[in-house]
Amino acid sequence: MIIEILFFGMARDIVNENKINLELNENKDVNFLVNLLEEKYPKFSSINSFSVAVNEEYVKKDIILKNNDTVAIIPPVSGG
Amino acid sequence: MKEKISIQITSDKLNLQTCYDFVQDDSCGGIASFVGTVRNTTKNKTVNKLVFSAYEPMAIKEMKRIAEKALLKFEINKIAIHHAVGNLLIGDVPVIITVSSAHRGAAFDACQYAIDTLKVTVPIWKKEHFDDGEVWVNSHP
Repeated sequence: MIIEILFFGMARDIVNENKINLELNENKDVNFLVNLLEEKYPKFSSINSFSVAVNEEYVKKDIILKNNDTVAIIPPVSGG
Repeated sequence: MKEKISIQITSDKLNLQTCYDFVQDDSCGGIASFVGTVRNTTKNKTVNKLVFSAYEPMAIKEMKRIAEKALLKFEINKIAIHHAVGNLLIGDVPVIITVSSAHRGAAFDACQYAIDTLKVTVPIWKKEHFDDGEVWVNSHP
């Protein structure tokens, strides 16, 4: 399955991409994807904490991904 | 509930009058507003500008969610939450919240609730630019 991954804030600077597509086997969760990103981008683990959104909603990291999901990496927000 | 809520993310200059006019209502006894402004220092360091970026579709959803919750939680009439993105200089306005209500307490409370929650849940980020570099705010909690 194909997952689109969006990067924001400091995550965008670290991976130097706005978005990428990754091919994943079925029945993988967000944790699996995060581990994959840490392998692909060694500096990724320097983000102290981040939230994850799937299809524009915050999710827990054990949620199972589906084909064509859009996953957003959301470092600590600082609006206002 | 929709006509009671105005949500906006824009790279244009925010307009306090627009937010005021949206919430103004003959049934209301008052309007509370919060206007965020770009401060010239952070921890005694001179700031040149802030650059705001957003995950816009999700940020809009989260701002709507805050407004809907505020309408349920407090006895208010209408609420506007507008946020700017892009380059903002010292004194510029990244956020405006206005709330109208029959009695002032609810408007103050809802306004505080909205800005406090926005800073926690809405996917918007700011980068501070100094003479000698730049840093993501809150990136090192």
